[in-house]
Amino acid sequence: MSAAQPARIPLIVIHPLVVRVTHWLNAVAIVVMVMSGWKIYNASPLFGFSFPGWATLGGWLGGAIAWHFAAMWLLVVNGLIYLAYGLAGRHFMRSFLPVGPSAVWRDLKEALTFRLVHKLGTYNAVQRLLYIVVLVLVVGAVVSGLGLWKPVQFQGLVGLLGGYELVRRIHFVAMAGIVGFTVVHLALVAIVPSTLWAMITGRARVEVSARELKS
Amino acid sequence: MNRIDRKVLADQLAPELKRVERRLLLRSGLSLGALTMLTGCNLSDGDAVDRALFAMSRFNDRVQGWLFDANRLAPTFAASEITDPFPFNAYYPEDNTPEVDGDTWKLEVSGLVQDKTPWTLSKLRAMPQASQITRHICIEGWSAIGEWSGVPFRSFLERIGADTRAQYVGFKCADRYYSSIDMATALHPQTILATDFRGAPLPDKYGFPVKLRVPTKLGFKNPKHITAIYVTNDYLGGWWEDQGYNWFSGS
Repeated sequence: MSAAQPARIPLIVIHPLVVRVTHWLNAVAIVVMVMSGWKIYNASPLFGFSFPGWATLGGWLGGAIAWHFAAMWLLVVNGLIYLAYGLAGRHFMRSFLPVGPSAVWRDLKEALTFRLVHKLGTYNAVQRLLYIVVLVLVVGAVVSGLGLWKPVQFQGLVGLLGGYELVRRIHFVAMAGIVGFTVVHLALVAIVPSTLWAMITGRARVEVSARELKS
Repeated sequence: MNRIDRKVLADQLAPELKRVERRLLLRSGLSLGALTMLTGCNLSDGDAVDRALFAMSRFNDRVQGWLFDANRLAPTFAASEITDPFPFNAYYPEDNTPEVDGDTWKLEVSGLVQDKTPWTLSKLRAMPQASQITRHICIEGWSAIGEWSGVPFRSFLERIGADTRAQYVGFKCADRYYSSIDMATALHPQTILATDFRGAPLPDKYGFPVKLRVPTKLGFKNPKHITAIYVTNDYLGGWWEDQGYNWFSGS
């Protein structure tokens, strides 16, 4: 390749400002919610283990709850802005859809055999599925959390989800899923570090095909 | 003095300070506003963060007050669903449960009330009673279903001529615990001055002779071994609240 070649690949915005800002605010909110949540869990462990103290936030139960119930506002307000943008601005339609089982299967096989090429600006089918799943998990964590926070005022919701004790478990499973997603997400960023820079500046040099330009 | 010395001294002084605080608390009835300011909220991680978290907690108090529906009842359960044994919980181990003499026990009533005559257990039991099987939810996350009976707190407040436009009702307990609740919750139909658990007088460990049962709040807002009730417009905080638990803590 000649030195002049990259100049012909345009530097374009692949992550709009709204997506970048909400992404990083969400990252802060999720870290605070998970770490303080682990401290709250430790006060009365649901299962046969506790989270290590160094991985928790708040120092003691009261501190952890104060963090949890402060960061929940950041998570929810920021999340609503992101959802509104994603639905109204067609970000979800453009970036996450379509996602069919055959495409997921094809891309998953390629990914696991290290043959899947990462293309900045376009999500492969596995990414699309994961982003949709984590979106649902965060909504699930918020909804079950609302039930735990206000089991009397929102008793209809708690009843729908199977009662207070079951809602505790749903909240835990949603957290576990979000943490699992985050591990995979960070591992992939480590493999393709240019994605990190793109999520900060929003821009990347992307060869744009005629088909993608249309959308 | 180096850091370690100071730490040792602080550790030695802490119990004494706690005793002084408690004495102040007992002498000044329930006016704890100033004490709350002095002790801060102990949320760790530095003063600025503490202040921000404390401000958020006060904001959450207001949101919860707004979410609270005076007519929405906490779910009730069948007798077969009662948790047995019902867990003991306090800021001290079960061995330290106070033993109150029901014959000499008096319930003091003060603040914005017309009739400040102290109450006896038999006088409380002579009032119309109510019963409930509800879920007790601890701030730690666990929950347990129990059955409590006693005087609906609203009728008690009406009987003593309490100013129900006042903001707060405070409680002082035989185990040096103290707490306070908002008037809207105090007047909720399921808030009761409970004297019985599962049809028998409250055992010591569940708060003999009287505990406040508030199924619309977390467990720590259900003080046991109550010895004094105070109606006021001054914020009173509470034993846990002054250390950083959210004050409203509604369910």
